[in-house]
Amino acid sequence: MSAGIELDNVCCDFDSFRAVDHVNVTIQPGEFFSFLGPSGCGKTTILRMISGFTDPTKGVIRIGGEDVLGQRPNQRPTALIFQNLALFPLMPIWENISFGLEVRGVDKATRRRKAEELLALVDLPDSADKMVSQLSGGQKQRVAIARALAVEPAVMLLDEPLSALDLKLRQHMRAELRAIQKRTGVTFIYITHDQGEALAMSDRVGVMSQGRLQQVSNPREIYNNPVNGFVASFVGENNIMVGEIGTRADGVAAFSTALGPFRARIAEGVTTGKLYVRPEFMTLSDKPGAENSVPVTLSEVAFEGNFISVHAVTEGGTTLMAEIRNDGTGALPQTGAAMHMAFDAKNAAILPDANVTRA
Amino acid sequence: MEQLYRRYGKGLTFMIVSLTAFWLLVLVILPDFKLLEASFRPYLPVVDIGGPKDTYSLGNYAQILGNPVDFSSFGLSFQIPARVKVFVLTIIYSGMVTLIAFLLAYPLCFYLAKVVSNRSLPTLFLLLFVPLWVSEVLRSFAWFIIMTLKGPLNAILMALGAIEKEIRWVDGYSPVVVTLVYAYVLFMVFPIYNSMQSLDNNQLEAAEDLGAPWWRVHWRIVLPHSKPGIASGSVMVFMLSAGSLLVPAIINSTTGNWFTQTIQGIMLEGQDWNTGAAFAFMLLLFCTVAVIAAMRLFRVSLSDIAR
Ligand SMILES: Nc1ncnc2c1ncn2[C@@H]1O[C@H](COP(=O)(O)OP(=O)(O)O)[C@@H](O)[C@H]1O
Ligand SMILES: [Mg+2]
Repeated sequence: MSAGIELDNVCCDFDSFRAVDHVNVTIQPGEFFSFLGPSGCGKTTILRMISGFTDPTKGVIRIGGEDVLGQRPNQRPTALIFQNLALFPLMPIWENISFGLEVRGVDKATRRRKAEELLALVDLPDSADKMVSQLSGGQKQRVAIARALAVEPAVMLLDEPLSALDLKLRQHMRAELRAIQKRTGVTFIYITHDQGEALAMSDRVGVMSQGRLQQVSNPREIYNNPVNGFVASFVGENNIMVGEIGTRADGVAAFSTALGPFRARIAEGVTTGKLYVRPEFMTLSDKPGAENSVPVTLSEVAFEGNFISVHAVTEGGTTLMAEIRNDGTGALPQTGAAMHMAFDAKNAAILPDANVTRA
Repeated sequence: MEQLYRRYGKGLTFMIVSLTAFWLLVLVILPDFKLLEASFRPYLPVVDIGGPKDTYSLGNYAQILGNPVDFSSFGLSFQIPARVKVFVLTIIYSGMVTLIAFLLAYPLCFYLAKVVSNRSLPTLFLLLFVPLWVSEVLRSFAWFIIMTLKGPLNAILMALGAIEKEIRWVDGYSPVVVTLVYAYVLFMVFPIYNSMQSLDNNQLEAAEDLGAPWWRVHWRIVLPHSKPGIASGSVMVFMLSAGSLLVPAIINSTTGNWFTQTIQGIMLEGQDWNTGAAFAFMLLLFCTVAVIAAMRLFRVSLSDIAR
């Protein structure tokens, strides 16, 4: 069983500080949804409101269509995995996992069997009688997941569960979490400040800044069509140029900058903004391109294997970045060479700044 | 030791260590040994000390068994030596003091450690400490005055119309127990507060999130976590209560005698230090046994307490 979640104009104030600001989002049953944003943007506060530890100052939270205002955490069909896991150190692993069943009055033999089943599900057999302190970071992670799954929640809430693990294990656990979610069909709401994690795991991502939800979309949309400068910068690298918007036609506008005139995509209603181009959309050539081309001097060339990272300086001293696909010929551009960097208008966008005005 | 040496150098380390050793050996262990030795020898006129009558025996210890009195409890009545009765009641009521102190301290500590905001904590601790600035003698007298026949407690109750005639509060063991609880409850509060404070709030929330009602959160998470603090607090309060002379002497409830008062009578009024020492060691021994038994019962180890 899984349930959808609706956040309807949800706000949360701490004294005069607004930690969560008019968040609206509908999360589908069985969806893997991530909230992505820098530290302090209000992600944990959102999870705590959904699980019932914090009350929204304003707005409505619905779980499975039902307004949960006034329900205590122990009455909600959610299970929260804490940032520090919060396993119970004085209980053996199997009691940790079956704590939720103990609360529900399940007898000991059934609890034990259920705990072992869940340990098998999270790929941690033979650990039932160990103590928490005997497990490694990744194993504790799995126990925390098993403990939350034991109560058969309709919604799992995960607060940066992988942040304490080392890189290798983190990547492994990403796949694992995704697989567990698929297997159980439970709605997962996942919090992270790591954009790679969010993009790789989620069905949809909500990008947040300063308590406001900036964009909700699938990972490709978020990366390829960010709605504003904050989303563009937070989910990847960009060359950013300031300038003035000129005439526009067919969703493309002229943009005059100190480096020269450019053309880039623009959305309806955008009147001010900056120009964003990702390094992988920059091309490098001996001759000037047809449009959106800048003469540069290469300042740094690094061979990264699958691509070549190039930093270049314009006449005015602006640094531009490009990532050139390795075509296998082995020829590298030379540092100090004078070349032209260019990009296609359809790969660049004029975006407004983040939507953070406090209501 | 090595750390001491590194931090304070040779001269100071030597002084610290030798002063501690002096305190332990000369001021604590030696007098105790002298008393222990004396407790096995009879109380004799000065001329006979060291003479043929001065031999080791358990005679002093056996003196507790004289003078039988009636004792009834749980519908049973039987005869029991007067001093054994006081002894047993002292241990039982000290246990009761410990239990009441725990029941008072536990919710208070939880409130201080987990509920109160950090901002108001210093004020609350100050309020807890203020009574300690007054000496124990005065505090015990205060309770005696509160509970006297014409005292404020009866006056208030009568004014409220709760009682029609003054109640004789200073009777039996209750006034002693009440005053002992008041005198020693902070020795329960601080260790429990300390251990509760180290409990991660997320543990409480995790338990609640998994569906636990508040009482189960306490039973399965808070209580086990605070066990070391509860154990050391209980040992302190129990030992202090059983060994308290001041409080029962000031309350002076004729039907609520404490064993320490028996010892005092023998030592100071009877001038019989040998028997007094024997009784004191018996009290120490039984209290230790009681503590060890309680630790076994609640599965606490010594290292938990030292933590
Ligand atoms: N209980 C609280 N009291 C006051 N401020 C808080 C409280 N909890 C969080 N905040 C503030 O709200 C903001 C968002 O916090 P949080 O939701 O924890 O962010 P995130 O999880 O995205 O890092 C932060 O600026 C934080 O300082
Ligand atoms: Mg957080």
